Amino acid sequence: MTNARKALRGVLGVAGFLLVMEALGRTGIIDPYLIPLASTILTGAARLLTNGEFLSQVGVTLSSCAIGLLLAVAVAVPLGMAMGTVPAVERSLRPLVEFLRPIPSLALLPLAMFLFLSGEQGKIALIVYTSCWPLLINTLYGLRDVDPLAKETLRSFGFGSYDVVRLVSLPSAAPFITTGVRIAASVALIVAVSVELVAGGDGIGVFVTQASSGNRRDVVLAATLWTGVIGLLVNSLLAKAESRLFRWHRARAGEEAL
Amino acid sequence: MKTIVSRIAWLWILPVVLVAWEVSTRAAQAVYFPPPSVILARLHELWFSGPAAHVFLTDEAAHHLLPSLGRLVAGWAGACLVAIAAGIALGRSAVLCDVFSPLIHFFRSVPPPLLIPIFMTMTGIGTPLQLTAIVFGVSWPVLLNSLDGARYVDRQYLETCEVFGISRFRRLTRVILPAASPKIFAGLRISVALALIMMILSEFIGSTEGIGYRMLVAQSELDVPTMWTAIVLLGILGFVLNAAFLRFERHVLTWHRGARKTD
Repeated sequence: MTNARKALRGVLGVAGFLLVMEALGRTGIIDPYLIPLASTILTGAARLLTNGEFLSQVGVTLSSCAIGLLLAVAVAVPLGMAMGTVPAVERSLRPLVEFLRPIPSLALLPLAMFLFLSGEQGKIALIVYTSCWPLLINTLYGLRDVDPLAKETLRSFGFGSYDVVRLVSLPSAAPFITTGVRIAASVALIVAVSVELVAGGDGIGVFVTQASSGNRRDVVLAATLWTGVIGLLVNSLLAKAESRLFRWHRARAGEEAL
Repeated sequence: MKTIVSRIAWLWILPVVLVAWEVSTRAAQAVYFPPPSVILARLHELWFSGPAAHVFLTDEAAHHLLPSLGRLVAGWAGACLVAIAAGIALGRSAVLCDVFSPLIHFFRSVPPPLLIPIFMTMTGIGTPLQLTAIVFGVSWPVLLNSLDGARYVDRQYLETCEVFGISRFRRLTRVILPAASPKIFAGLRISVALALIMMILSEFIGSTEGIGYRMLVAQSELDVPTMWTAIVLLGILGFVLNAAFLRFERHVLTWHRGARKTD
């Protein structure tokens, strides 16, 4: 009941926003040339669904994000595991991490444009760089949360440290790592479109640049709309997967940890 | 004393990396990776060899560094203040919260860089563009987190306020704001990184000044050491902002940790 009411209010909010924007545009309070009418943007968005060019550019952006994220997981999670289980490694690498992490990824874009001949590779490299930090930090955070009793129990039954990591540390850090993936995914999309806007190549950013140089604001905003929807979907899918896969975790840690 | 020494000793990796970088780039004659000594020399010459009266900043630094910093700080702080106020106002009303949440979630999911071309047609090139880009990028996560924080204030606190007849203003400053602050800070932390991204990107695309602009010029002129000085400056900027933010957060939220401990 309350959920239905909440959803209804949300729908009313969105509909109200669209109506207000439409009215402001039609009465000329907002110049429809500067910001196209809501109805124009929505029909433009519907038309983009059958636009093969747009769909393939979306595919390019999403696949570079996916590849970048996978590579980042492959690098950051084992590194985080090593840092989290061997204190000496953590203490040695920590200063390096603290110095590298705050470097804004886009500051490395001109360098990436030199290093990688194809824009696609440069884009993926920057996505890997950006995504590594939330993954690494969340892995470390998760490992700190491991129940020491479980580790000691396994050790006293004669399991080696590899088994302790595999059977205890990794599973109990898994929810945190997934949260890291979710955070990394949203940053990856931002970095991907930024690179496309500056360096060109292929992707949503390039589609938007072309549309805006043709002065098609309605197309720019329609493409932006779809990108927002994709971001929203990816985020809520990952959040849903998180809470379903790790129901035990939420029960133990409460809402706060998520 | 001993802890300070051991803490500094654990920084051994930084000089090791710098020396390894210096030696290997000199040996390999890497074109795109100048040795740190070259970068430092250029950093000094280009940005910090000015007169003492100008805090050693060169004209170049005054022309590119200061506008970037000013816009970053002004845009970030302005957007955060407005977003926190709006978020708390919305969060205190269940109806408004339900009505606006989906919209805010949507705007939060739009990658802000995509709107820069649109902003550019409205504001032209220059400071207004940078400010718009930073404000838009920063607002949504801060708004969303403030709203969330203000929404779930322990009902007991609010009822206590009511029983003791505490004024609305004091209830806001003494109960709601502190209760929401951990969430607000989570939003602010994300916003610092986003503000930096939007600053650099809007300077890449639509500017004639600023660190980002200078960096892209150096890149197109194949002036690799100058490009690296910009990377170093932006890295330092990110590091300092992050450290300052963490310190501020720790200062403000000390009571929070204390309160949690006694639970």
